[in-house]
Amino acid sequence: MSTPSVALHAPAGGTTREITLAQAIREALAEEMRRDERVFLLGEDVAEAGTPFKVLSGLVQEFGPQRVVDTPISEAGFVGIAVGAAMTGMRPVVDIMFGDFLTLAMDQIVNQAAKVHYMSGGKLRVPLVIRTTLGATRRSAAQHSQSLHAWFSHIPGLKVALPSTPYDAKGLLKTAIRDDNPVLFFEDKMMYQVKGPVPEEEYTIPFGVADVKRPGQDVTLVATSSMVYVALEAAQLLEQEGIQAEVVDPRTTFPLDVETLVRSARKTGRVVVVDEGHRRYGVTAELAAVIAEEAFYDLEAPVRRVGAMDVPVPFSPVLEDQTVPTPQQVAAVARELCGRG
Amino acid sequence: MTNPTATANLTELPEEVRDVPVAEWLRMYRLMATIRAFEEQVNELYVTRRMPGLAHLYIGEEAVAVGVCAALRPEDYITSTHRGHGHCLAKGARVDRMFCELLGKAEGYCRGKGGSMHIADPDSGNLGANAIVGGSAGIATGAALSAKMRGTDQVAVCFFGEGALGQGLLYEVMNMASLWRLPVVYVCENNLYNEYTHYRETTAGDILARPQAFGIPGEEVDGQDVRQVLAAARRAVARARRGEGPTFLLCNTYRYFGHHVGDVDRSYYRSKEEEEAWKRQRDPLKILREWMIAAGLARADEFEVAERAAREEVAQGVAYALAAPYPDPSEVTEHVYA
Ligand SMILES: Cc1ncc(C[n+]2csc(CCOP(=O)(O)OP(=O)(O)O)c2C)c(N)n1
Repeated sequence: MSTPSVALHAPAGGTTREITLAQAIREALAEEMRRDERVFLLGEDVAEAGTPFKVLSGLVQEFGPQRVVDTPISEAGFVGIAVGAAMTGMRPVVDIMFGDFLTLAMDQIVNQAAKVHYMSGGKLRVPLVIRTTLGATRRSAAQHSQSLHAWFSHIPGLKVALPSTPYDAKGLLKTAIRDDNPVLFFEDKMMYQVKGPVPEEEYTIPFGVADVKRPGQDVTLVATSSMVYVALEAAQLLEQEGIQAEVVDPRTTFPLDVETLVRSARKTGRVVVVDEGHRRYGVTAELAAVIAEEAFYDLEAPVRRVGAMDVPVPFSPVLEDQTVPTPQQVAAVARELCGRG
Repeated sequence: MTNPTATANLTELPEEVRDVPVAEWLRMYRLMATIRAFEEQVNELYVTRRMPGLAHLYIGEEAVAVGVCAALRPEDYITSTHRGHGHCLAKGARVDRMFCELLGKAEGYCRGKGGSMHIADPDSGNLGANAIVGGSAGIATGAALSAKMRGTDQVAVCFFGEGALGQGLLYEVMNMASLWRLPVVYVCENNLYNEYTHYRETTAGDILARPQAFGIPGEEVDGQDVRQVLAAARRAVARARRGEGPTFLLCNTYRYFGHHVGDVDRSYYRSKEEEEAWKRQRDPLKILREWMIAAGLARADEFEVAERAAREEVAQGVAYALAAPYPDPSEVTEHVYA
């Protein structure tokens, strides 16, 4: 994703200020740690370093190394430890530096955290948040650029949030921390410096509630995380041609706000789903299927998908930039759907 | 019977267990007998096709679970393995509800959602058995971190087979447990075989060199002698409660049955002679019984009474479970999310 050039509408009511997505994350963590002493942070270089992205800077100064815990480079180990701590009365928030490293902790997430509540017949709970990153175009190549949120959206027992704005990031993260289930929280690493209005006063955003980022009646662009900006730019291009695109951000892939997606699909009759995960078996496939199942008779055309190319993310900019969805690409697909191709 | 409050004050006993009253040794005997009778009944359920799925029997290894759990308080934690029935019972689970779980009944510890390999009973401090070899090492270590953060003096015990020595997770969490001085005890039950392969074919070097490399004290324990297990566990648990960090206990033991109930022809990986030698010479119930009789702490008939009571408890428990209702099919969608 390139740096977004599209401003988003301010959340309704109250006084707001412009802060970055990184600041929003940090505020959410600090507020929850002040509110609930069971909340603590665990991960590589989270304390003095505040993570390589500096998202957590300052937290160790306020909360001390007992609650902002630097770990060895042992993703499986510290995720497992967080699962055990969550099962016994704590509310850990784990930091996995790059989403790609989730692979190292898959057993702990998928076979342990996701299953404990069910396997124990509801007796044990795992109030765990795993914050991590997704997104390409940082010139980081194949092992630091993947968007793996579809994997976790597939697993019953897990919840998955992927905010697109500072406002959403703060509200959703606070909800994640208060949730009694394991939550995977994906932040686009290219979005940390994106600014947006965030209320002064406390608020949370419930899971499973999509947000219409831009209203329109001709075509629906469903987009996640940084793809919301790609969709908004596409909407601007389309507007110049007289096509009004509606941009809908599900904000959580599970729970999924099917109703809002379907309502928009019924209204416009044309849907493009945009997500930065690989297109093959991806989030776009699931959302397209859900919309097709529920809104088929109101659709004017098949639901179309725009995802990352099905290749490992390459290093060279001329190669990498082809692999991620662009506003031009999304606009072209939307144009086709509207019979203007 | 002999005075139950008398202590087995014998010099041959390890120092840590000289104050254990006779009644407590008898309780441990009874618990080992319960585990054995339970597992024999599980095998019977399998053979008579009344139990869905498979189970991994703990017979032969009873002294490890019983000795370790006797060093724990009810609020202390354990995590267990696929071969976990003994750990659950030793930590305080009830026979009837265990059978209910094994048979997929609604009154099972997990309402029939877990089965043999996933029994969890937080009320007795059991954070769950685990069907991923080594999979609970993180959970046990995390429970210890949590105890430390919450300022309790709870201890967490992580039971695992020597097969888990092949899993990287164990080393990752042992490293953190040592760095952070967590109150966790790693109990390696070396029953010589990872499934159907001798551990020497899969395990390079010295097992105790592993904890040593992390600065974790380790000791080898005769896992067939509950007195030795209890003594070692008391040392480890006391160390953990004092805030001095983790300990690694390497308990040498043996499973009498197959890897699971269906593993009947075992000649391709171990001999009948080996099995018989362990049963004859190294049986944990026999070792405790013979010592107590020889030391004049109990009479032979007291053990018969205990065994009969264990069998009776198991018979009643399984009868209860066989008659108990299954969960309502609608429960399938319950407990996916809290
Ligand atoms: C990660 C993983 N790999 C493989 C298995 C299959 N498996 C189940 S038990 C077992 C052997 C375990 O040996 P050990 O840990 O020594 O325990 P024991 O069965 O001897 O008690 C294996 C390989 C598994 N359950 N989990």
